[in-house]
Amino acid sequence: MVKYVFKRVGMAALTLLIIVFLLFWLVRVMPGNPFPSERMSDVQIAAKRAELGLDDPILVQFRNYVAKLLKGDFGNGTSLYYGVPIKTVLRTAVSNSFRIGGFAILLGTAVGLLLGITAALNRGRFLDGFCTVFSIIGVCVPSYVFLIFLQYTFSFKIPFFPYFFDADRFAFSSVMPALSLSLFTMSTIARFTRNEMVEVFDSDYVRLAEAKGMYGGKLVRAHVLRNALIPIVTVLAPLVVDLLTGALVVEKIYGINGIGKLMVDAITGEGIDYNYVLALGILYSTLYIAVMLLVDLLYGVLDPRIRVAAKEED
Amino acid sequence: MSAETILKISDLDISFRTNAGVVHAIRGVDMDLQKGETVAVVGESGSGKSVTMKAVMGLLDSNAVVNSGEILYRRPGDEDAQMIDLLKIGKKQLRQDINGQHIAMVFQDPMTSLDPTMPIGRQIMEGILLHKNVSQSEARRRALELLELVGINDAEKRFKNYPHQLSGGMRQRVVIAIALSADPDILICDEPTTALDVTIQAKILELIKSIQEKMKLSVIYITHDLGVVAKVADYVNVMYAGRIVEVGNVNEIFYEPCHPYTWGLLSAMPDINTDDDRLYSIPGSPPNLLHEPVGDAFADRNPFAMAIDKKAAPPMFKISETHFAATWLLHPDAPKVELPEELRHRIERARKEAEQYL
Amino acid sequence: MAELIPQTVPPVPSDAYVPVAGDFAFLDRADILTDTNYASLSYWKGVFIHFFKNRRAVIGLVIIAVIVLLAVFGPMMNSYGYRDIVQFRNESNRRVVAKALEPRVPWLHELVTGEPYDDSFADRTFLFGTDDLGRDLWTRTWHGTRVSLLVAFVTIFIDVIIGMSYGLISGYFGGLTDIVMQRFVEIANSVPRLVIVSVLAIFMPKGMGLVIVALLLTEWIGMSKIARAEMLKIKEQEYVLASRTLGAGSGHIIFREILPNTIGPIITQMMFSIPTAIFTEAFLSFVGVGIVLPQCSIGTLIEEGFNNITILPYQILPPILVLALLMLGFNFIGDGLREALAPKLEDM
Repeated sequence: MVKYVFKRVGMAALTLLIIVFLLFWLVRVMPGNPFPSERMSDVQIAAKRAELGLDDPILVQFRNYVAKLLKGDFGNGTSLYYGVPIKTVLRTAVSNSFRIGGFAILLGTAVGLLLGITAALNRGRFLDGFCTVFSIIGVCVPSYVFLIFLQYTFSFKIPFFPYFFDADRFAFSSVMPALSLSLFTMSTIARFTRNEMVEVFDSDYVRLAEAKGMYGGKLVRAHVLRNALIPIVTVLAPLVVDLLTGALVVEKIYGINGIGKLMVDAITGEGIDYNYVLALGILYSTLYIAVMLLVDLLYGVLDPRIRVAAKEED
Repeated sequence: MSAETILKISDLDISFRTNAGVVHAIRGVDMDLQKGETVAVVGESGSGKSVTMKAVMGLLDSNAVVNSGEILYRRPGDEDAQMIDLLKIGKKQLRQDINGQHIAMVFQDPMTSLDPTMPIGRQIMEGILLHKNVSQSEARRRALELLELVGINDAEKRFKNYPHQLSGGMRQRVVIAIALSADPDILICDEPTTALDVTIQAKILELIKSIQEKMKLSVIYITHDLGVVAKVADYVNVMYAGRIVEVGNVNEIFYEPCHPYTWGLLSAMPDINTDDDRLYSIPGSPPNLLHEPVGDAFADRNPFAMAIDKKAAPPMFKISETHFAATWLLHPDAPKVELPEELRHRIERARKEAEQYL
Repeated sequence: MAELIPQTVPPVPSDAYVPVAGDFAFLDRADILTDTNYASLSYWKGVFIHFFKNRRAVIGLVIIAVIVLLAVFGPMMNSYGYRDIVQFRNESNRRVVAKALEPRVPWLHELVTGEPYDDSFADRTFLFGTDDLGRDLWTRTWHGTRVSLLVAFVTIFIDVIIGMSYGLISGYFGGLTDIVMQRFVEIANSVPRLVIVSVLAIFMPKGMGLVIVALLLTEWIGMSKIARAEMLKIKEQEYVLASRTLGAGSGHIIFREILPNTIGPIITQMMFSIPTAIFTEAFLSFVGVGIVLPQCSIGTLIEEGFNNITILPYQILPPILVLALLMLGFNFIGDGLREALAPKLEDM
């Protein structure tokens, strides 16, 4: 098991290193002026480049960058929030995004599971149909559209929630963005849970358990739930990706200072901020790879087929 | 030994609602099982043999409708007791009182019939804990005993194994152990060896047979393999298109078959001594029960079909005290039909072989 | 053997058939001695029938067909161009602009309210209304849909070619080639699409090109996985071995033997990739790095609708509905295809 975990973690770390290098390289070899918002003469630019070590060989630059990175230093932005270390800006952004995103994931998973299980237990009846329709809508309509509707209805027509995000009333003003972000998670998990459970209900081993004399809640708890829920771990990665993407627009629309809004600013602002693009690229990639790693490990712990194989690897 | 009927299926009639329409899968099945006896139900896939047994177990799919019939069960050694109609008592009571502890079932595919996320020992214990009022440790002890009974040697070690760590044959042994976990009276085996290697098949059959003797079980085999039937059965029910077309003891079915369908099944059995040029198979395919067959459902595939087969379904004709067949050929007015020659030779040979072993 | 007990057999019912003369004559059975029971349907015919029996799949197909038809012909159904501001001179020779009109159908309005519109556009129909600049939203919606669909179709088409080539080559040659190519896929798969877009935005101007390249860089991976898996499965099958022993070259085997077998799953994957592409385009355009003025797409239409939501709340509805219906339609078709290609017994 230890070997299995090490192998997976090592692979993930290596992949991340390669990606960080690629991003770094792309951002560095890029043509154009890395200081778009400042008026500087060529001489000044050359001096600045030298000062920042931009003329060193790429590998030396990369080594220095990674060394700084490991200390948590992302450098300074070139135009955006000029002068403030990226780390400082990122800290607030990450905290805002993670709190809202985390809330959305929790809400989505909890309600999604509940809905999916209820639908599977009432297969073919009203609740099942409701769950199907609900999950189709949730998957077909982007989260920002839900937010637009919520905003229009509950902030504009009926002014109950704030129209824009208000950091002073964090919990209250994150209700609408978190809710709209959670809908995709909710509907995906609901649909997946429902289908998995129905499949397990039709499986031979549930037939055997019934032949044994098991029924009702006992049967569901002992044989159906575990087998149906293990595969749900696999949809986690795509869900997080969607959440990140969705958060981009949701944060923009609702004026939340999060990493999504930061990303939008970095690529569409007054000019592209190279260092922010790099920092955010690393952050997003790390997050994504970490989630995939987590899914991999979690699956290994939950599914005896992999767990036993992993044990035998040691 | 006295006759003690412990399971009696009468006039069972089941249909399924499907997207394509109503499939009339079981069209009046009668079957008896006596204590200690082994009955085989033989037929092609789709003949309704599995559906009948699923009805006994209360495992019919939700789109199944029982139109009529009874499945009566009586606890053995309790002849005064009322027979219970398994179709009437409701699922919950069926699971609590009958499934597992009185009637248990072994399924066809051992690769899929065990829960992949639960150690096998736990899965056996479940059955014991469910029906017997015993402690965890007692259940564990009994589960280990069962594992040994079904021929798994290092039971203690295997107890914690997950299904994927066992071979197909071993898994089927575990499934049998699960079926036996609450001391049933009746064991229903749905093609228990079809999914297994030929070399394992015989061993599993032997195992079931020895357990049957040890535990005084009554066994129902569902199979399409007449080889299996010959090895294990006392009684044979041949099913076709949702009906039993011939019933008799194993000798009658193998040596004096009367229904052309049974002839076809016997002829289709590969045999080393056959000097036929080609392997025989029954022409055509079973009727689609979406459309209710008129007359004898087998008529279209029957080389000896008569005009009457197109008009009315044949009743059961009595051949001996134990032997019945549903074919108009047995009607007194019907022309006399000889067994197909090749089949006759084959039966002769089989008879001689059997005599040698006596 | 246990002592055998007579089986009970039900008595013959009284309404049993009474045979009449001629009943016991044999039928002519020469026909059944040859087995005519071949597989009755070709594979694709079976898939076809199965697909069209699936109610959802048919609904999906109808939805997509209608939207595609409207995207093609919708903008031609009135005289307004998607960039045109609807304006003309009225009786008093004053220029009037059809700004911010709600959806209106004059005869329907008259039918419901009993009186005609009494403004300058009394006799004009604007099914979806006009936006704040006075552009006809019907035309813009279908023009935007056309752009979005075009972007999706083009990228997915190229992605299929890239992905299939990659997957087939990786699977076919196996060994070291496969290992190296799969490591690359793994790494490429670990980069979130957003990051790719943000880096691309440095190199490329905003616009359709950026959207297409971003989609090209990410969507091929799924295709290549399918193609590779299919290739690995098929590679060892007898008929491929057979053609190999007959001297068929790699190219022949790939194109003649394996492509026809991968086509099903690939089309299914396409049905799921197209909505992803549409979604991504909408999202990028909404954020502002996608389709740029003067073009419009579903994404920019939603963005415009969002910007005007407090004054023209109806403006956002058409693009959102089209987007949702496209998602729905393609997903239904994809599900239907997947089931039709690998039918479970119970569905038969």
